[in-house]
Amino acid sequence: MAEIIINIAGYIALLALALSFIRMILGPTTADRAVALDTMTIISISLIAFIASKSMRIIYLDVATVYALISFLGVIAVARYIERGI
Amino acid sequence: MAVLDILGAIITLIGSLFLLLGSIGILRMPDVYNRMQAGTKATTLGSMMFLLGLGISYIECGCIGRIVVLILFILFTNPISSHALARAAHHAGIKLADVSIRDCLKDDEQEQKGASV
Amino acid sequence: MKILKRSILIYIFLFFVWFLLTGFKAQELIAGSVVCLIITVIYNSKALAFEELRLTPKSLLYSILYAVIFLVELIKSNFDVASRVANPKLPIHPGIVKVRTKLKSKIGKLILANSITLTPGTLTVETRDEFFYIHWINISTDNIDDTSRQIVARFERYLEVIFG
Repeated sequence: MAEIIINIAGYIALLALALSFIRMILGPTTADRAVALDTMTIISISLIAFIASKSMRIIYLDVATVYALISFLGVIAVARYIERGI
Repeated sequence: MAVLDILGAIITLIGSLFLLLGSIGILRMPDVYNRMQAGTKATTLGSMMFLLGLGISYIECGCIGRIVVLILFILFTNPISSHALARAAHHAGIKLADVSIRDCLKDDEQEQKGASV
Repeated sequence: MKILKRSILIYIFLFFVWFLLTGFKAQELIAGSVVCLIITVIYNSKALAFEELRLTPKSLLYSILYAVIFLVELIKSNFDVASRVANPKLPIHPGIVKVRTKLKSKIGKLILANSITLTPGTLTVETRDEFFYIHWINISTDNIDDTSRQIVARFERYLEVIFG
């Protein structure tokens, strides 16, 4: 029962990832794409944690933590680039 | 523990629904700033609940500490990154949508430019 | 005295994160305490954020109250976004307004700006000295005092006690 509900939640998160990817392709400006990318990284972190729990490998949670750190730095770098160029 | 499993699964499901809502908001809103509003708020709470639900549901694997670190990290950095993006977008001159009512920041910037010239 | 307080706070913070990441294992806790001590000695002249924290019983109580109010506002803001996004007419009247804050400390301003971003319908765009420029999804008033009261005041009361 619980397994089925968690699987459904995983599929819904995957659908959310796909929807924000559409915005990343459509987005008229660079800032739109950056916002969509930020949302996608947050959803991916959730999905990595989902896979870590399903396969019972705690080491994948470290991957999620490092991914969160690096995506934060990446978004800050993109914002700096939009603001004043490299 | 069957009760904890079901509780964690329901929290995970609600979190995933919030994530979906954030994506729909990003698709539907008219300009960058409104998209950011929908994106930041919904994904912050959504991912927090998703991770918390997974931690409760799979409590026997001893990963709740790491999940708490991840939740705190997302809670502190997500608003900062969206603030940086909003500031950069305004600085780069991306306009607000046509339904917008007023823009104090632009008025103040123009006033400053007028004073310095 | 100030340096001692700052160092102890940094050490406790680092060790808490280390403990959450590793859990109850004697070897890891001993290694972590040594590494935390080294990092504290190297970096305690640079981490000025902890200096502004007040450590009285009242500020501790207000931090807990602040956390509760913040979580309630976060959940409220999500339902607000949900109702706007799910509505086919998309009922928004957005714009950027200006508010004034009384907080002096830098870390207090940071937490206030973050909280504003996560509360219903508001997003911090720019900060200049004591003024915040806020993107508001449903503008109801133009006056700076009214906007300050509606957006900032409910958090400011607590943060003033915690950070001064």
